[in-house]
Amino acid sequence: MKDTKLWSLHLFAGIVILFLLGLHMAIMHLDEIVSLFNPKGEEAISWENVLERMKMIGFVFVYIFLLGFALYHSFYGLNKIIGETNVKEGTRKFWSYVLTIFGFLLFIIGTYAAIAAKVVSAKF
Amino acid sequence: MENIQFIIRRFSPEKYEKPYWQVYNIPFEEGKTVLDCLHYIKKEIDSTLSFRFSCRMGVCGSCAMLIQGKARLACNTQVVELKSKKITIAPLPNFETIKDLVPDLSPMFEKHKYIKPNIQRDDLKEVEDKEKEFYQSEEELQEYLQFSYCIRCGACMAACPTMAADRKYLGPMPLAQSYRYNNDTRDGGSKERHNLVDIPSGIFSCHMGSECSVVCPKGVDPAKAIQLMKREMVFSFLKLLKKKKPCGLYEEKKERKRREGIPEPPPRTV
Repeated sequence: MKDTKLWSLHLFAGIVILFLLGLHMAIMHLDEIVSLFNPKGEEAISWENVLERMKMIGFVFVYIFLLGFALYHSFYGLNKIIGETNVKEGTRKFWSYVLTIFGFLLFIIGTYAAIAAKVVSAKF
Repeated sequence: MENIQFIIRRFSPEKYEKPYWQVYNIPFEEGKTVLDCLHYIKKEIDSTLSFRFSCRMGVCGSCAMLIQGKARLACNTQVVELKSKKITIAPLPNFETIKDLVPDLSPMFEKHKYIKPNIQRDDLKEVEDKEKEFYQSEEELQEYLQFSYCIRCGACMAACPTMAADRKYLGPMPLAQSYRYNNDTRDGGSKERHNLVDIPSGIFSCHMGSECSVVCPKGVDPAKAIQLMKREMVFSFLKLLKKKKPCGLYEEKKERKRREGIPEPPPRTV
């Protein structure tokens, strides 16, 4: 049931991204309309607002979840596309491993960045 | 009597490296099917033209070919319904061509055999040496009946965009048939078929193009079967699928004692 598990997680990741990306869109791109999590007013990407959001532990988790699910959803999709281009089995497996490792690396870097931002924001 | 132009893709591997188009002008009569016209060409103009046919009534699936860019049965396609005086005919895509309009369908049949398209039961004695019927209600029959109308013509496989990109993909017909047998209450091989289609070029390579359902000449709707099968597999993975045993044998109803005051029924007249 390996492919069933991977595909089910792909679907679930899509649903999670729907909500978290919606939140991101509301905060960053609808800041003048909804002004969500922008306590210092002005632009969403102003230093003061970014600092306020980084101080909230909830946002660290939001960014890590969004990063994780987005990476999984996109790399699984890319892996599927490569697999459907009539490549040899060995080539398919090679790209599968490369995308898995690359995805994990990006996740680690992004998670580190989110946690580091939280730690740094505590100093201000 | 007006003429109709048939533009047919020819291919003869012994003589030519590449396929080529050949044009035939034939007299047209209303009521003729594409297969009738092909027979006319073979009999009166060019006896070297090769194509498959058998029942000529849309039940065997032999004459599936690309007619005006769409996979259809030649015997089931009236020339009039094509609304053109130039009819283009080619062999089914996504298959190797043996000659002219004859595709090599053996990969499709191998994939079909792979998903075990027969009733799987543990009580082999009853399956092989039948004494009684298996009981199946009308409602249980309707669950899979639509998908049992498949005639293995290969039109859905030819129309599938995933098949075009990935020849290892199982394809709409085997996947629809795996659902057909999984939902037959006489069958007990669901789990095994789930494992058989849960492979890299298996059921989850279907992207709901739904061209298979558009071209199917028997109204099977393989796209629906594949999506229902995906749901079944995800529910099975999440442990939400009810376990079902294969249906039992049909037993005659035993005589019951009649309650007091209720009269006997009249004798049967039939």
